[in-house]
Amino acid sequence: MNEIAEYIIAALLLVGGFFTLVGAIGLARLPDFFTRLHGPTKATTVGVGAIMLASVLYFSVSHDGIGISEILITVFLFMTAPVSANILAKAAMHIGVKSMDDTRGKPWEQ
Amino acid sequence: MITIALYITLAMVMIAALLNVYRLIRGPDSPDRVLALDTLYINAIALIILLGITLGTRLYLESALLIAVMGFVGTVAMAKYLKRGSVIE
Amino acid sequence: MLDRLNFPQPWLSLLLFAIWQFLSDGISGASVVLGLFLAWLIPQITQGFWPERPGFIHPWRMPVYLARVLMDIIVASVSVARLILSPRAPSPMFVCYPLELEHPLAISILASTISLTPGTVSADVSDDNKTLLIHALDAQSEQEVIDAIKTRYEKPLLEMFK
Repeated sequence: MNEIAEYIIAALLLVGGFFTLVGAIGLARLPDFFTRLHGPTKATTVGVGAIMLASVLYFSVSHDGIGISEILITVFLFMTAPVSANILAKAAMHIGVKSMDDTRGKPWEQ
Repeated sequence: MITIALYITLAMVMIAALLNVYRLIRGPDSPDRVLALDTLYINAIALIILLGITLGTRLYLESALLIAVMGFVGTVAMAKYLKRGSVIE
Repeated sequence: MLDRLNFPQPWLSLLLFAIWQFLSDGISGASVVLGLFLAWLIPQITQGFWPERPGFIHPWRMPVYLARVLMDIIVASVSVARLILSPRAPSPMFVCYPLELEHPLAISILASTISLTPGTVSADVSDDNKTLLIHALDAQSEQEVIDAIKTRYEKPLLEMFK
């Protein structure tokens, strides 16, 4: 395996791990449900995407034949993350989860 | 080089999973818990991929794909249950 | 039997074929044969369930749009990461966004884009498909959020759909 590919794979792995961790910290630390929604939908999805990319590169460089089914998982995650965020926000508004005190604007009632 | 990066990443993803479990136990409302479960399954996919790289095999990818599909369906079903009180109307 | 050997939805068939190649890890003889069979069979079975076709007028603009969204997703993650790791509390806000798009597919693409890009998550669509409720994580004013979305994402989508 050549040197450059190794550096790229290691960097992708670290970036992926970092974003996954940041998404989880956001989930644990932010004050109310609607702000917590932001961490997992963006950071975690990108983090897992970077790890998948590292896996694709690793197996393409080190073994013969390319493996591309990780890309399918990544695309699937990128398509489903907004949908689950949206449906969870709807459920939260329906139940009447409290938002932070200094939130401006109001969720509507339906 | 890759091995060290792999171990650091594994540690980070595991800490992330622990933080999700914290939110799952603590979470004041039920949507918080569902959101924590949603993040947890995405982290599980990352862990499986990392395990695959560590062991040098691509056999685990199918399980990652399955978890992705089933996790999404599970999240939607739980959110729908919270909203309507039933999954299939 | 022979008159059934057609592809009623060529784009769907192409997509299914491509997904099957991805699933079987690259192109081989067996995967091409099975992929062709599935690309023929699944549209035949599901033909009755499809809603009306979306009115695409400029489908070739989609790759440009997707590239821009991909760039924005990376920028979004960095900005969200910075906000999460900084000690100050965010100032969140609910924004009612007036929609110009009409087709349901276009609206759902816009809502997904909003969820994946900087600082905003789309929370709900009103029953008459006219307004989108957006939760912004850290916004200065309502007008700023609306303008950013309007110029960056809704304009290209309006050009793509009738």
